[in-house]
Amino acid sequence: MTEADGGGSPAAAVTAPGAPAPEPVADERLANIGLPARLMRRPEVGSLLGALVICAFFWITTDVFGTLDGIANWTDVASTLGIMAVAVALLMIGGEFDLSAGVMTGTTGLLMGLLTTEWGLSMWPAILLTFLFAAGVGFVNGYMVVKTKLPSFIVTLATFFVLQGVNLGVTKAITGTVRVAGLGDVPGYDSASGLFSSTFWAPHNFRISVVWWIAIAALATWVLARTRAGNWIFAVGGDANASRNVGVPVARVKIALFMTTAIAAALVGIMIALRLSSVQAGQGVGEEFTYIIAAVVGGCLLTGGYGSAIGASLGALIVGMAFIGIQFSGWNTDWRFLFLGVILLLAVLVNNLVRHRAEGARR
Amino acid sequence: MRGLRAGLLALLMVLGMAVFAAACGGDDDGGGGGSGGTPATKDDVDLTQGQDVTIAMVTHGDGGSFWAVAKKGAEDGAKQMGVTLKYSESNNDPQKQAQLIDAAVTEKVDGLAVSAPNPDALKDSLQKAVDAGIPVITLNSGADDYESLGAYTHVGQTEEIAGEGAGAKFKEAGAKKVLCIIHEQANIGLNQRCDGAKTGFGGDVENLQVKGTDDVQTTLTEIQSKLQADKSIDAVLALNPDIAVAARDAIKGAGSSAKLGTFDLSGDVVTAIQDGEIEFAIDQQQYLQGYLPVVFLTLNKTNANTVGGGQPVLTGPGFVTKDNAETVAQLAKDGTR
Repeated sequence: MTEADGGGSPAAAVTAPGAPAPEPVADERLANIGLPARLMRRPEVGSLLGALVICAFFWITTDVFGTLDGIANWTDVASTLGIMAVAVALLMIGGEFDLSAGVMTGTTGLLMGLLTTEWGLSMWPAILLTFLFAAGVGFVNGYMVVKTKLPSFIVTLATFFVLQGVNLGVTKAITGTVRVAGLGDVPGYDSASGLFSSTFWAPHNFRISVVWWIAIAALATWVLARTRAGNWIFAVGGDANASRNVGVPVARVKIALFMTTAIAAALVGIMIALRLSSVQAGQGVGEEFTYIIAAVVGGCLLTGGYGSAIGASLGALIVGMAFIGIQFSGWNTDWRFLFLGVILLLAVLVNNLVRHRAEGARR
Repeated sequence: MRGLRAGLLALLMVLGMAVFAAACGGDDDGGGGGSGGTPATKDDVDLTQGQDVTIAMVTHGDGGSFWAVAKKGAEDGAKQMGVTLKYSESNNDPQKQAQLIDAAVTEKVDGLAVSAPNPDALKDSLQKAVDAGIPVITLNSGADDYESLGAYTHVGQTEEIAGEGAGAKFKEAGAKKVLCIIHEQANIGLNQRCDGAKTGFGGDVENLQVKGTDDVQTTLTEIQSKLQADKSIDAVLALNPDIAVAARDAIKGAGSSAKLGTFDLSGDVVTAIQDGEIEFAIDQQQYLQGYLPVVFLTLNKTNANTVGGGQPVLTGPGFVTKDNAETVAQLAKDGTR
């Protein structure tokens, strides 16, 4: 070892004589990445591209898709879906699933309906109790997952079936039919529906749920990007043991995420119940997969630790645009699910492709 | 690996385009709607006879064999009247159905036909249609509510009366205990049928909630285990042809000798009636429930006719038994009965 070699890289020391001297390598973690590459590495880029393509397609091929009335239609479909997709995305980033999220929208709507129409509560106390109930169910979900260490897939599947049975059984036992109706006559309905299910900007009538959706997506994005809780969510989803070792309260974060998802489901359940002034016992069953699909299209990894709230919102937007766009196009609806499936698959593939290209330099 | 991925992607692209072509091909008027930019081809002129009428039909259907016939009726009606039909189904999701109606109102269609299993949920959306001056007809479900929803008539059968007919038929056959199989959680009409059956039967009727048409295999198992658990059941009432076929197999599997009746027809059901495996089917002739609203709405638009005189137009109930099954069999296979 000569003095001159002291500061050189180890690579230089073993270079065979005669070979061109390698460029000095900076620490890869500090490397400057160009703006395009950085943008391409965002989880939501694939869904953004997908959303733009689908939007442009229907905008050009149909007359009303691009009108304000048409936009009000598809943002309506996307909004309640989007609220759930954002909550489910947070949960998925935290490394867990909630298969009971769909049926929870029905359970909470039915609970609110029964509290008001059968047990004489006025709307606002019923809404408060519904949120508390949802938080309780979310807590139970989270607690069971954390304590039993069983996959959340199984635990929440059990919750899903329990709630589905309760929804039908309780509704029929109490009302004698399979739905709770007559919410419109409950005191406080007008103010509650003003907040949760009204429309704005007449005559186009955008749904107020769109505002809720945007606000919730913005809040979730802020939490993920700027707060300690957001760091914890990424950490527990990336590696629960490692994050526990550095002092992240893993159990608390996961339980909180399950509660968030359940509370979001309650919000959506209340919105739908107030909008339709009735709730069917089968409400929300099967929707949980749409939420997960929206989150995955939006760049969430099924393995956790990666994803974004904006991406999930874009995923929901894609589903909403396709749903209404197909209707406007007047295509034979026998093909709707095939079309939806292909759109979703393409969006996920584009997502993957773009990210691999962008990350190519790193490997 | 890279080659595989590229191949996969190419395959998907092709598949995507094939779907796209198929979807567009399914409806000649495709995306063009009323853009008016492209000159109409000769075919269009012949088919539409110069009419520019679009009828939207939004049902709570699930794409099963029942709704396939109703849809065929609507398509045949549209073809014969020379109008454009936009048919969509919500698969029993009232929110989606409301959103699809909203979309039809946005498009300012010339007529709107809607099934209303949950009238409360559709009230606001149908009000928007009425406010926009779009004539509305309810079909299939909604016989009690069509007036309050703003529809000028209803095309369908009343569930309770049809149920009573089924109950009476079992009573006639000397059954002691009827099992009524409910295959959709949230469809109020199905419960009304079972209630009607109870009235008509005047004896013990037990309701059984099953998985449904999405999962016929599970439904079959559910019915079979119920029959094994309760040997006193000697009559089964299915409310859907797919479920009826499952119930037939379940009765065989359980070694039961229960008599089977069903609502609605399919090719399989008619064959089973001919073979004596199913006693009777209550036919609500759903082909008419698709066909007539399209015709009525077109006449309303072009000739200002209102059918029904404020009363519902009944498409049923009628009974298909061994006596008349032959005639219906061929039609059911063609998908119009």
